[in-house]
Amino acid sequence: MEYLKAFAVGGLICVIGQILIDKTKLTSARILVLFVVVGCILGGLGWYEKLADFAGAGANVPLPGFGNLLAKGVKEEIDSVGALGILTGGIKAGAGGIAAAIVSAFAAAVIFRPKEK
Amino acid sequence: MENIKQKYSQMVKKASPDSPILKNCIKAFFVGGLICVIGQFITNFMLTSGFDEKTSGTLTSVILIAAASLLTGLGIYSKIGKFAGAGSIVPITGFSNSVTSPAVEFKQEGFILGVGAKIFIIAGPVILYGTLTSVIVGIFYYFLGR
Repeated sequence: MEYLKAFAVGGLICVIGQILIDKTKLTSARILVLFVVVGCILGGLGWYEKLADFAGAGANVPLPGFGNLLAKGVKEEIDSVGALGILTGGIKAGAGGIAAAIVSAFAAAVIFRPKEK
Repeated sequence: MENIKQKYSQMVKKASPDSPILKNCIKAFFVGGLICVIGQFITNFMLTSGFDEKTSGTLTSVILIAAASLLTGLGIYSKIGKFAGAGSIVPITGFSNSVTSPAVEFKQEGFILGVGAKIFIIAGPVILYGTLTSVIVGIFYYFLGR
């Protein structure tokens, strides 16, 4: 059941992205930005967490989940260190993902050659 | 009369399951959903290994990001992307792909001005606007939310 929920909700979030690609002229980079920003706002309001409670990875793996992670990080950091948390909370929460992307991308750049198109 | 016929055929075209948008959405749904199921599997594995919820979530992201980066380097992720569209863009693996892809692509221009400068050519805006939004959320939370 848990897996079914993750599949359905994660799939639906991707369908929203697909409709935006097909029906508007939004490029994929813009959709990535839009999804993270929307996820962060919904996270700030505490709504995205309800979806995450229901769908688990189905809500956390798509990019709005990354936005939600930033919002959650900011709130927790403000609770523990005060106003400075406004600045540090977001990136701190996203640090694992961003550093993982940098390290693995750099390793890939060292190992692989660009593919012929 | 001809006009109505045309309109009708357009309507049929829109509603028929052959319309590319519906097909694209089904593909995006399945591939995107499947990536989330893999994520759920990794999360559950971490939870049963004794990690707390937050750590399990981060580890899931890290593993998915590393895997997508490898698949991007091997040229497999772009093939998945051609089939799945948003199904491969919207999950965190798409974020990883958007970092690795230019890193490999711009290797020819050197490691400083090529890889170094171009690595965030797509993901940079995501980090910029994500961080900016998180600061705004923080300001609201600090003054109003607590």
